[in-house]
Amino acid sequence: MLEETGPEWLSEEVKTGTTIIAIEFNGGVVLGSDSRVSAGDSVVNRVMNKLSPLHDKIYCALSGSAADAQTIAEMVNYQLDVHSLEIDEDPQVRSAATLVRNISYKYKEELSAHLIVAGWDRKDKGQVFATLNGLLTRQPFAVGGSGSSYVYGFVDAEYRKGMNKEECQQFVVNTLSLAMNRDGSSGGVAYIVSIDEHGTEEKVILGNDLPTFFDQ
Amino acid sequence: MAAAASMMPYFAQQISSKNDLVPDWMGQEVSTGTTIMAVEYDGGVVIGADSRTTTGAYIANRVTDKLTPIHDRIFCCRSGSAADTQAIADVVTYQLGFHSIELDEPPLVETAANLFKASCYRYREELSAGILVAGWDRRKGGQVYCVPIGGMMVRQPVSIGGSGSSYIYGFMDSNYKPDLTKDQCLDLTAAALSLAMERDGSSGGVIRLASISESGVERKVILGNQLPKYSTH
Repeated sequence: MLEETGPEWLSEEVKTGTTIIAIEFNGGVVLGSDSRVSAGDSVVNRVMNKLSPLHDKIYCALSGSAADAQTIAEMVNYQLDVHSLEIDEDPQVRSAATLVRNISYKYKEELSAHLIVAGWDRKDKGQVFATLNGLLTRQPFAVGGSGSSYVYGFVDAEYRKGMNKEECQQFVVNTLSLAMNRDGSSGGVAYIVSIDEHGTEEKVILGNDLPTFFDQ
Repeated sequence: MAAAASMMPYFAQQISSKNDLVPDWMGQEVSTGTTIMAVEYDGGVVIGADSRTTTGAYIANRVTDKLTPIHDRIFCCRSGSAADTQAIADVVTYQLGFHSIELDEPPLVETAANLFKASCYRYREELSAGILVAGWDRRKGGQVYCVPIGGMMVRQPVSIGGSGSSYIYGFMDSNYKPDLTKDQCLDLTAAALSLAMERDGSSGGVIRLASISESGVERKVILGNQLPKYSTH
């Protein structure tokens, strides 16, 4: 009865609590995520990069169960490599999103992860796809993870069509900062990835450099 | 908001909602799903709420008034169980009215908030009520006190509550600044409630606003077609 069960977090599921966001601009996409991984009440990784490359110009943002999300991303990374060799050119973002969706839908009862797929290809330029619960939908922008609930109002109010790359990056940083301030499962630093026809740029914004708001 | 589907009235147990004769919503507790908001400005407060009351998926009242007067210059915004919040508000209205007659002075907003806190904390296991108390008094001007589920009480310059409030924390954090004027507060409240009503299934209908200051209470209603529009697609 008085057994040593060890610390709680060893038996809790590891989740990327999370806030993730991806937004399209004319000529590319910007993705953003926080960096907190929690197991119950403990933060087991405070600097995890949840923006995972699927191909040179296609990234996905991970949320939900850390194991499920990482595994899906790795599987699709492999499948996309094979596919891209077969067609002898860079894969389309829609193909990557479809591969993610196929896994999410087929195993929807067992998996608990939501990936947002975003990238640039020559045919349709910048695209953002949401794959929640096995659906596939292209959207001008998408938010996900537990922290996204708190910023639906903000993104609905602030989003405008036709923003350029810098405005999108600022939009992503502001959204992440607001969500990280309110959601206990999101926090740490902000990772931003910008993809356009010239290439992919990864950036980290440390805690003290994030935008602050009236009560901070 | 609100839970307790197990608190069905006795007669409903004989008429099981498992058959088609009784719709689901007759066994559900009435809840003010809700989004409520209150903002202080120099000289008063602005309060706002949506107007939807639900029993399960049925909208029992689509034009509810969740802004309830407690005294001449003190209102409360109700969220959670409709029955619980109405009962608590009635009790506090009585207590505050009595207290004000004893003092022969208009009561303080902080007093009203403490009365809410006393009831909400003492009966915290039975109640499901999230309340914002807001008003004006001569001592401290416009004040907003938040009394969430559990019965704590804290004064805040701006406060939101109800199931729809989750969606507008980001909007509120980024758009509220200290020292707004009354009209800016009204616009901010209308915008925030509108965004929450778009996203939360338990909030909707019309927006009811009120501004309370030394000179009195001004009430306004913003109908569905006049709501600020934020369509993202």
